[in-house]
Amino acid sequence: MNPPATAREGARDILPAMIAAVPIGMLFGALAVGKGLSVLEAGLMSILVFAGGAQFAALELWSYPVPVLALAFSTLLINARHTLMGASLNPKMDGFSLAQRLAAAWVLTDESWALAERRAIERRITPAYWFAVAGMLPVAWIGCTFLGAWLGSFLGDPKRLGADFAFTALFIGLIAGLWKGRATAIVVAASAAASALAYIAAGPPWHVAAGAFAGIAAAWCAATPERATP
Amino acid sequence: MTLDPATVAAIVAMAVVTYLGRVAGFFITGKLALQGRAKAAFDAIPPAVLVAVIAPTALTTGWPETVAAAVTILAATRLPLLATVAVGVLVVVALRALS
Repeated sequence: MNPPATAREGARDILPAMIAAVPIGMLFGALAVGKGLSVLEAGLMSILVFAGGAQFAALELWSYPVPVLALAFSTLLINARHTLMGASLNPKMDGFSLAQRLAAAWVLTDESWALAERRAIERRITPAYWFAVAGMLPVAWIGCTFLGAWLGSFLGDPKRLGADFAFTALFIGLIAGLWKGRATAIVVAASAAASALAYIAAGPPWHVAAGAFAGIAAAWCAATPERATP
Repeated sequence: MTLDPATVAAIVAMAVVTYLGRVAGFFITGKLALQGRAKAAFDAIPPAVLVAVIAPTALTTGWPETVAAAVTILAATRLPLLATVAVGVLVVVALRALS
């Protein structure tokens, strides 16, 4: 198939995710200015980081003075999954040059990864397909962040509208999307208990590390060990 | 339109760790297939971190937040993401008005 036709297929595949990104991106922008970021700073985060879950988590942790290390640590943990996604896609992207690989990584998201994996079942992933399917989502995300941040600067105190609770509600929705039954329940229970205790005992930002560690350790303990390896 | 140096530093730090995680996979040759406990631990990272971030708000702030979180969990089992967020926000606003 010629590159323009392939790119059109990629654009068609990502369209539903782009539509979904419009309200979520605007919500991110509005909450960011509610936390004290400027419109430019909110937009800059969407341009440079471009990872919704990690960006919302960063806002929840955001305070002044800015806890740079805690923000980087939380982001690192939440986005570590991208390494596995890239490693899974890598053998299916053999036509990519070094520069194309470096650029392809910048726009890797859960959505583009899932769509590319689905396409890879039938055919090779070409640069035309990848940059259409993965490269268009940032346009919606960044544009809507700026729009939401600009509109949000007229809203005033976000707490008055319950917007501070939007993170909690959003994260509950995201966790429901990751739900895999008992294994997830164990992780959620361990992480929630450890995080709340650490928050009371030591205060932020230690609750993130405590909850993350407890959840991961609980998953390790609850899982079946690999067969035959002592 | 302002840029605070500490804010920019945090954004750049977040961007660097995110990009390194993204690009690392594209240079791994051969399969990175985790199994057993290592796979379970890796799969647990996203829910563990997301829960850890919100647990203090949901559990230690006050009863309106805790009840609203419980209602949001119920909503999340049957509604799409944005509707879930709307339910959570409306419930917390209503309960805070009562408390």
